[in-house]
Amino acid sequence: MMLERIEAIERITGVLEDELVICNLGFPSRELYSIRDSPRHFYMLGSMGMASSIGLGLALSQERRVVVLDGDGSILMNLGGLVTAAAQSPGNLIIVLLDNRCYATTGSQCTYADVIDLGAVAESMGFNVIRFADDLNFEQALAMDGPVFAHVPVKPGNADVPVIDLDAEEIIERFIKEVRGATED
Amino acid sequence: MKVDSSEAVYAGMKDAGIDFAVSVPCVNLRTVLEMVDADPAIMHVPVTREEEGFGVAAGAHMAGKTTAILMQNSGLGNSVNVLASLYSLYHIPITMIVSHRGTEGEFMEAQVPMGRATGDILRILEIPFRTPRSPAEARESIGELTDISLRTSKAVAVLLDVSYW
Repeated sequence: MMLERIEAIERITGVLEDELVICNLGFPSRELYSIRDSPRHFYMLGSMGMASSIGLGLALSQERRVVVLDGDGSILMNLGGLVTAAAQSPGNLIIVLLDNRCYATTGSQCTYADVIDLGAVAESMGFNVIRFADDLNFEQALAMDGPVFAHVPVKPGNADVPVIDLDAEEIIERFIKEVRGATED
Repeated sequence: MKVDSSEAVYAGMKDAGIDFAVSVPCVNLRTVLEMVDADPAIMHVPVTREEEGFGVAAGAHMAGKTTAILMQNSGLGNSVNVLASLYSLYHIPITMIVSHRGTEGEFMEAQVPMGRATGDILRILEIPFRTPRSPAEARESIGELTDISLRTSKAVAVLLDVSYW
């Protein structure tokens, strides 16, 4: 049985310790927030496609590991960003593609991830790719050398979760405090 | 292209404490890009598209870097959404150093429409900007606008017209 996206997010973030998480906008951020909230999470509220690029800038600028929870629609909107990440090749970056092959937040219209294998695309760019099936043991991805691209197929659809009741400034302020607090010692 | 016009831009970046730069090239920024690339105190990340560069710089800002983007004004059109729904929404600073093509002296007709739209796009996004006329003014503008950017947590822009170079 393919996992629901919220189950995949639960399993992935359940094995994280000190990692910083950049989470894609829309339902993925809402699902993560409803499972567990943390100052180590940066929830995107807009600018679709930018999660992997924000994760790259963060990974290049400090030493903690960065996990980007991204979607197929967003990856496709900024495929050039994946090229830059692969070329810069930071060892502390893990991009997780939660691939439901559709734009779930806007009504499950199909993406081209239905016909194009984004794991193979990432592999051709030079990412160390791990492909998960139903047995999502994310510790395997954490044990790999970066940059890692973790392909996680999930079912289309969204969990019934509320909107995030933090405003943008609260989200970034506590995240910056978390990141810089650890790097400016 | 005069060397001192490029040197002034680079010196302004150094005065401003910029230590992380993303870029999409413009022929008028060629020498500045070489200077930035050769400076070990500035992490330079060339990107494939300006919008993506703003994303990368936002992540660097979160880690405490003072960021700039080096780009042509055509890239402003590629970046309107990220400037609004990432930079403005989350109050993220950045100094945009923009080669403003399509201004007086431009030899390529294709640059003119976007050249004309550039100022109005910045105004509508409420991004403070200046158009320095000399190397001394450029150096000063980059420093002063970066201060404003960091103090107000906003994007700011320095437009370097065709005649500047």
